[in-house]
Amino acid sequence: MQRYNALSVLWGGLTGQRHWKKVWGEAEPKQHYDVVIVGGGGHGLATAYYLAKEHGLRRVAVLEKGWLGGGNAGRNTTIIRSNYMIEGNTEFYEHSLKLWENLSHELNFNVMFSQRSHLTLVFTPSQRDAMARRYNIMRLNGIDGEFWNQDRLRHEVPHLNFDGGRLPILGAYVQPRAGTARHDAVNWGYARAATALGVDILQNCEVTGFIRKAGELVGVETSRGEILADKIGLAVAGHTSVLAHKAGLGKLPLETHKLQAYVSEPVKPLIDQVIVFGGFGHFYISQSDKGGLVYGGDLDTYNSYAQKGNLPVYADVAAAAMQIFPCLGRVKLLRQWAGVMDMSMDGSPFITKTHIPNLYLNAGWCYGGFKATPGSGHTFAHTIANDEPHWANRLLTLERYREGRLIDESGHGPVPKLQ
Amino acid sequence: MSGYRLPQGGVVDRARPVSYSWDGRPLLGLAGDTLASALMADGQQVLGRSFKYHRPRGVMSAGPEEGGALVTVGDGPHREPNAKATQVELVHGLTAYGQNAFPNVRFDLGRANDIFERFLAAGFYYKTFMGVGRGTRAWMLFERFIRKAAGMGSASREADPARYDVVNDYCDLLVIGAGPAGIAAAEMATSHGLDVMLVEQDFALGGSLIGSAESVEGKSAAGWLGERVAGLKGARVLTRTTAFGLYDSNVVGLYEKVTDHLPAPDPSLPRGNLRCVRPARVILATGAIERPVAFGNNDRPGVMLSRAMSTYVNRFGVAPGKRAVVCGNGDSVYADALALAMAGVQTTLLDAREAPSHELVEAAVAAGIEVHVGRLPIEIRGWNRVRGLMVGRFERDGHARPEREVACDCVGVSGGWSPAVHLLSHRGNRPIWNAEMACFLPGVLHDGVAVAGAVAGNWATGDCITAGRAAASDVVEALTGSRPRAVKAPDPGGWANPLKPLWEVKVRRRRLKSFVDPQHDVTTADVQLAVREGYVSPEHMKRYTTLGMATDQGKVGNVIGLALLADALDQTIPQTGITTFRPPYTPIPIAAFAGRARGAHYAPVRETPMHKVQDDAGARWTDVGFWKRAWYHPAHAGEALDEAYVREARCVRENVGMVDVTTLGKIQVQGPDAAEFLNRVYVNGFAKLPVMKCRYGVMLRDDGMVLDDGVTWRFGENDFMTTTTTAHAATVIAYFENLLQTRWPELRVNVASVSDQWGAVAVAGPNARKAVQAALAEGDISNEGLPFMGVIEAVLKVAGGEIPVLIARLSFSGELAYEVYARSGHSPAMWEALLARVRALGGSAYGTEALGALRIEKGHVTAAELDGRVTLEDAGLGKLASTKKHFVGNVLRKRPDLTRDDRPQLAHFHPVTEGESFSVGAIVCESGKVEGHGIGWITGVTASPALRCSCLGIGFVQGGYEAWEGREVVLADPVRGYAVKARVASPHQYDPKGERMHG
Amino acid sequence: MLRIPCPFCGPRDHAEFSYEGDATVAYPPLDASREDWFEAVFLRANPCGAHREMWHHVQGCRAFVVVERDTLTHEIKGARLAHRPTAEAIQ
Repeated sequence: MQRYNALSVLWGGLTGQRHWKKVWGEAEPKQHYDVVIVGGGGHGLATAYYLAKEHGLRRVAVLEKGWLGGGNAGRNTTIIRSNYMIEGNTEFYEHSLKLWENLSHELNFNVMFSQRSHLTLVFTPSQRDAMARRYNIMRLNGIDGEFWNQDRLRHEVPHLNFDGGRLPILGAYVQPRAGTARHDAVNWGYARAATALGVDILQNCEVTGFIRKAGELVGVETSRGEILADKIGLAVAGHTSVLAHKAGLGKLPLETHKLQAYVSEPVKPLIDQVIVFGGFGHFYISQSDKGGLVYGGDLDTYNSYAQKGNLPVYADVAAAAMQIFPCLGRVKLLRQWAGVMDMSMDGSPFITKTHIPNLYLNAGWCYGGFKATPGSGHTFAHTIANDEPHWANRLLTLERYREGRLIDESGHGPVPKLQ
Repeated sequence: MSGYRLPQGGVVDRARPVSYSWDGRPLLGLAGDTLASALMADGQQVLGRSFKYHRPRGVMSAGPEEGGALVTVGDGPHREPNAKATQVELVHGLTAYGQNAFPNVRFDLGRANDIFERFLAAGFYYKTFMGVGRGTRAWMLFERFIRKAAGMGSASREADPARYDVVNDYCDLLVIGAGPAGIAAAEMATSHGLDVMLVEQDFALGGSLIGSAESVEGKSAAGWLGERVAGLKGARVLTRTTAFGLYDSNVVGLYEKVTDHLPAPDPSLPRGNLRCVRPARVILATGAIERPVAFGNNDRPGVMLSRAMSTYVNRFGVAPGKRAVVCGNGDSVYADALALAMAGVQTTLLDAREAPSHELVEAAVAAGIEVHVGRLPIEIRGWNRVRGLMVGRFERDGHARPEREVACDCVGVSGGWSPAVHLLSHRGNRPIWNAEMACFLPGVLHDGVAVAGAVAGNWATGDCITAGRAAASDVVEALTGSRPRAVKAPDPGGWANPLKPLWEVKVRRRRLKSFVDPQHDVTTADVQLAVREGYVSPEHMKRYTTLGMATDQGKVGNVIGLALLADALDQTIPQTGITTFRPPYTPIPIAAFAGRARGAHYAPVRETPMHKVQDDAGARWTDVGFWKRAWYHPAHAGEALDEAYVREARCVRENVGMVDVTTLGKIQVQGPDAAEFLNRVYVNGFAKLPVMKCRYGVMLRDDGMVLDDGVTWRFGENDFMTTTTTAHAATVIAYFENLLQTRWPELRVNVASVSDQWGAVAVAGPNARKAVQAALAEGDISNEGLPFMGVIEAVLKVAGGEIPVLIARLSFSGELAYEVYARSGHSPAMWEALLARVRALGGSAYGTEALGALRIEKGHVTAAELDGRVTLEDAGLGKLASTKKHFVGNVLRKRPDLTRDDRPQLAHFHPVTEGESFSVGAIVCESGKVEGHGIGWITGVTASPALRCSCLGIGFVQGGYEAWEGREVVLADPVRGYAVKARVASPHQYDPKGERMHG
Repeated sequence: MLRIPCPFCGPRDHAEFSYEGDATVAYPPLDASREDWFEAVFLRANPCGAHREMWHHVQGCRAFVVVERDTLTHEIKGARLAHRPTAEAIQ
C-alpha cells in the first residue's frame, strides 16, 4: 500500500499529483471466497479488513449493490461516543471507541477522528438525576464521563441559551473522548487498507439471492453472477430484512425507518463540541471541519426505505436548534437528506451467528451505526472467523429477545420508532 | 476598468437612490437593484474570497447559482453570513461586508494558500496531519487551524431577534416560477376558476422577460408581462418566495421573505413565512440555469455567466465593463452580446461552433460585434481582475491551440443550460440526459406534477408560453372536467443551431487552473486526480473533491464535473450516473422552520387549574414533563427547598397536608364490557371490584414490562374511571384505544380522556379525616361511611357556595388520606376550602419534593423506578399478578431472563455512617467490587424524619433486599466523586402493615 | 409530508397521526404460547414495498386507520378504519 504522509503530499505537490495510486482496486468477482460480506458500508468494509488483518483470511470479498459507502456510512452525522449504560452496549461501544482512537494510524488514512467531546444537556433536576446512573456506570467501566455544571458550561459554550428557552439549561454530562470523524474517510480508509490485504471490493454487485447445495448455504447470486463462499456475513443496515428474507432467515426484530440529517452553510467556528439533548425533543449538533453545522433529531417514525427527507420532523429539529442556539436563526439550512435505519426492538444491535449455518448477521444499528464501525467490523470478523463471538459482542445476540435479556437503553420497549 | 451604471436602460428606478454600505463605506444604488448590481455599478469588483485558496471573486451570476459574491449582510444579531449578493435586494440602510478574508476581501493574506495550491490538491488532508505514533492528538492540533481557515461567513453569537411564521396553505394549482411559462400557466388556470398560487423567488415577476428587448406575442416584453399579470387577479402571487422542497404527496415547502426588502418594516410583520402548501396540482416552471465552461483562471473577478452579463445590462442598467468577450457554444450568447453592444460595450463574441447560423452572426456583426467562430477562451490574464483573454481554437484531438490575447475587462461564458430539475429530484424523479441539448431533462413525472418552459427544455419564449398554457389546461381539465381549449405542448428544443457540448478547454503541455466549482475551489485537475485515485462514482468524486457541496449545491458545477468524469472514464454521461439534488433548493434560515416554536413557546406549558391559587400563595415550581408542579410551599420567604420539604413531609406524617395531584391522567372507561376490558389490561382482577370502590392496579406492556400503575374507581356496573401516572397519561389512553379498536373490537367499551375535566387534591395525614370532614356540606367520610378504598359523592363548602366532589379514600403517602376530585372550574375553590381546613389544624400544603419523600419512605414506585425495563417482581409488585385470569403481558413476562431470582429488585438503602449521604444515580456495588455495572442503582433519595435518617435511598439491588440484609454494599458515584458504604433494607420499613392508612 | 386519507376526516397531514406499525401483525389470544407472543411482539416482515400499517389519528378523530402504503415510494393506496364493526356500520 502506498504510504500517505506529509512527505508524499509534498512530493505530490512538486510532481503534479501524478504518483497517487488507486485507493481501492476494482476487482472482478472470483468464483469462490472464504468469506463474502454483503454490504459495502463502513461495517462491511471494516469486517473485511479485520478478517484479512487479524484472522489471516485472504479470500474475502465485499459486495456492494451501489457505490461503496453510499448508505448510512456516508449519510450520518458522524458522532462517535461510548456513553452507554446497559451491559452489552457499554463494553461494545467502548471497544469501538478505543479502535477509533488509533484508526487513522491503523489505516494510514486520516479519518479525522476529533475527540472534541460530547455534551448531553440537562434541563430538569430529574433529568440530571436519571442520567447520573449512565455516567456512573461508564466511569465504573473505565470510560470517561463527567458532569459540567452551568458555570462550567457557560465558560465552554458561551452562546448556549441558558435561560431564554422553555426550560433552563442546568448543565451537561460530558464524555471528553467522544467526538466526530469524517465518515467518507472511514469508508475509503477501510476499503484501501482491505484491498491492500487482498480483499476484493465489488461495487455495483447486488445480491439477488442465495445459493444452497444439499440444504447448505454455499453462496450468493448477484447482479454480477454467482459467487460461492464458505461463509456469508450480512451488514446491510436498513436493508437487512430484505436480504434476510431471501436468505431464509425469516422475520427479524427489525423495522426499517428513515432518519433525516441536515447540514447548514459553512460558517466560521461556532460550536466546538458535539451537543445533544433528549427527553424534551431530541437534537444533536456538531460543526464539521468545513464549517457546516451538522445536525439531526428524531426518526420520521414510519417504516420507510426512501432516502429522502420530509418537512414535519425538520420543523421539530429546527425548533430544537433554536431552543439551545438561538444565534443560529440566520444560519441557513443547506441540505437535508435521509438514511434508512435498521431499528431493532430494543434499540441495540446484533452481531451474531444465525440459525442458518454459514450465515452471520450484523444489524439493528438504529441510528448508532457510525460510531460502531470499527467495533462492529472487529467483532463481526471475530465472530465469523471463530464461529463464536468476541467478548465485546457476546451479548449482542438475536436470542436475547426470546430470553428477555434486552439491551434497552431508552426503556421504550419493542417500539422501533421510539428507540 | 470594472462595472458602471449605464446612462439609461434597465428597470431600476433612477429617481430613487438607495443608500447602503459595503465594508463600512457608504454607497448609493437604485431602487430595483440587487446588492450585486449596485456594487457592480459602483465599480466594486472583488466581493468575496474563495473557500480554500482565498482567490478573489466577483459577481459570477445574477441568481441563486452565485458562487463568487458571497457576503455577510447585517450587523449584530441581524448578521446573516453567506448571503448571495445576487439575491439580496437593495434596501435603504443595508449593510454588507466581505467575508472569509483578512484583513478584507480586496487584500487577503489568506491568498498565500493560492500560492501553495499545488500542495493542497483535492483530498490532501486525508493523507497527512495524522502525526506519528498513536492517538488523535496530532490531528486535533492541525484541525484547530484547519477549522479556523474553513467556514465562510461568521454567524452572529446573539439570538436572532426576528420572528418567523409558519403558514399552512392549500390550493388547486401551485405554479413555481414566474417566467413566461409560469405566468402563462397561472393566468390560464386562474381564468378557469382555479385557486392558483404563483410563486417567484425574485422580487419581480417575469423571469427572462424582465428588461428584455424581445417582442412577445406581438407585444413588448414589458407590455406582455403587464397584461398577463393583470390577468392574475384572484391568484395568490407571492414574490420573494422560494419553493425550496417538493415532498411526498406533492407537499411543497415555500420560504417567503417578508421584510428583508423593507427599510423600516412594520414590527408586527415576520421576517419570513415558512409556507407548507398542499396543492392538488403543481406546475414547475423553474427555468434553467446557465453553466460556465472550465478554462484557465475562469474564476477571476470579471468573468461571469453570459446571461448574467445581459441581465445586468437589461434589467439593472449596469455594464460589467468597457470591453467584453462573450464566449459560448450555443445560440443563447448572441442575445447577450447584442445587449452588451447596444449598451455601448465593445464586444467580441467567441462561438465554439464552426458554423453557427448566418442570421445570428450577421445580426451580431451588424451591431458592431466582432464574431469569431470556432474559437474558445483559454485563459484569463490578470491577477485580481480580468485584463485580457487568451483565445484559441480547437485542434483535431480536442485540445485548444492558443492564438492571440484579446484585451478585455470582462468575460461572459456560456457552456449551455441546465434545466432546474432540482425539485423533481427531491421526490426521487431521476432526470434523463439529453445528449443533443447537453442537459438533464425531467424524467417520468409523479402524478400531479407537470413541467413547462426551460425546465422542460423549451428554449424559445414562445414555446415556454405555449408549454405553460398546455400544462395549465391539463390541470383545468383534471380538476374541473372541462378542457379549456386544445393547447399542444411544444417539443423540447428551439435553438436555431444545436449546441456544441463544451465542458473544459484543455491546452497541450500546459496546466490551466480551470475551476469547475468556483466556490469550493474545485478544479479540473482535482476531478482528474479523483479519477486517478479511483473515486470514480459521481458521489465519490463529489465527496472527495467537494464539488457541488458549496452553498450553490452544484447548480454551477455538477454537470461539468459529471461530464469531466465521463470523459476521464471514456464513458457517456448517462453511463457515469447522476447526482441527486436534495432540499432545499436554496439555503433557508434555520429559524424559519422553527416558526414561533421559540423560547418559552418551544413546548406547551401545562398548569393545573389550581396553579394560580398556589402561585399566589408563594409556591415554588418544578418542571415535570410539560407540567408545572408545585415543588414546595415555603412557610416563609426565606425557606429553602431542603428545609421546606422536610417540614411538609413531617406535617403529613404527624398532622395533615394536601397536595395538588391533578396532573395524573384520568380516563373514563364505560360500557357493558368495561370490567372485562380492565380485567384484561391490569395484572390484578377488576371484574369483581364493587361499585363505589376503587382499586390500585398495574398494567404491563405486551413484552411483560411494567407500563403504568394507577387507581381505578368504579361508579356503576358499566362506569369506571382509571387514573394513570402523570408521565403516561397520553400513552395509556392511546393504548386503550388501540386495544379496543384493533385487538378486541368485540368489546363494547368507550374510553375518553377526562384528565382536563377534573382537578384533584390529596389530603393526607392523621388529621386528614378531620380536615376534609370539616369542609364538607354533605358526605360521611368516617371509617364506616368511607372505608379504605371506598368512593363517595359529596358536597364541599366553598367560598360563596357549595360544589359537588368525588372522594376516594386512597393513600400514596401511607397515611390516612383522601383524594378529592372537583370539576376543573371548581377546583381553585376546592383548593382554598380544603387548605383553610388543613391550615386550621396546623397543617400545610405540600409539593412534589415532599410527595417524593413520603413515597420513598413508604416504598411506593414512580416513573423513576418504572423506567420500562422493570418487571412486576423487580418493582416488588409480583404478588398483584392474578393467576386466575389472562392479562396483557402475562406470557412474555415469563421469559427466562425476566424470571431470574437475581434480577435487581426494589430496596431501601441507608448510609452506614450517619451523616453521610448519596444521590440518585449512584451505582450499588458489592464491597470490594466497585466496577462494571454493579449490582443495582439508586432511583430516589430523601431525608426521612419518619425513619429518623438524614439520607434514605430507594433503588434496586440484585436479588432484592433479602439477599443483602445485614451486608454492606458500596454506593459508588464517581461522577460526583464519592463512594459511600450503605446497608440494604426492606422498602417497606414504614408502617409495614399499613395500619396508618387503614386507621 | 404524507397525506393520509382518514375515513372520518378526509386527507390529513401524517403529522396529525401517530404511527403504530405493521397492521398485519395478528396479536394472539392472551393465553397463547410464548412463541406466538414473541413473534407478534418482536418479529416484523418489514417489507420494502407494499405495507399495511396502522396509524392513530391522535390529533383528529382518534381512530386507528389501516393504511396501504409503499415503504419505498411512500405512495398511499388507501385507508380504512381498523375497527371493523364501525367500518361496516358507516358503510
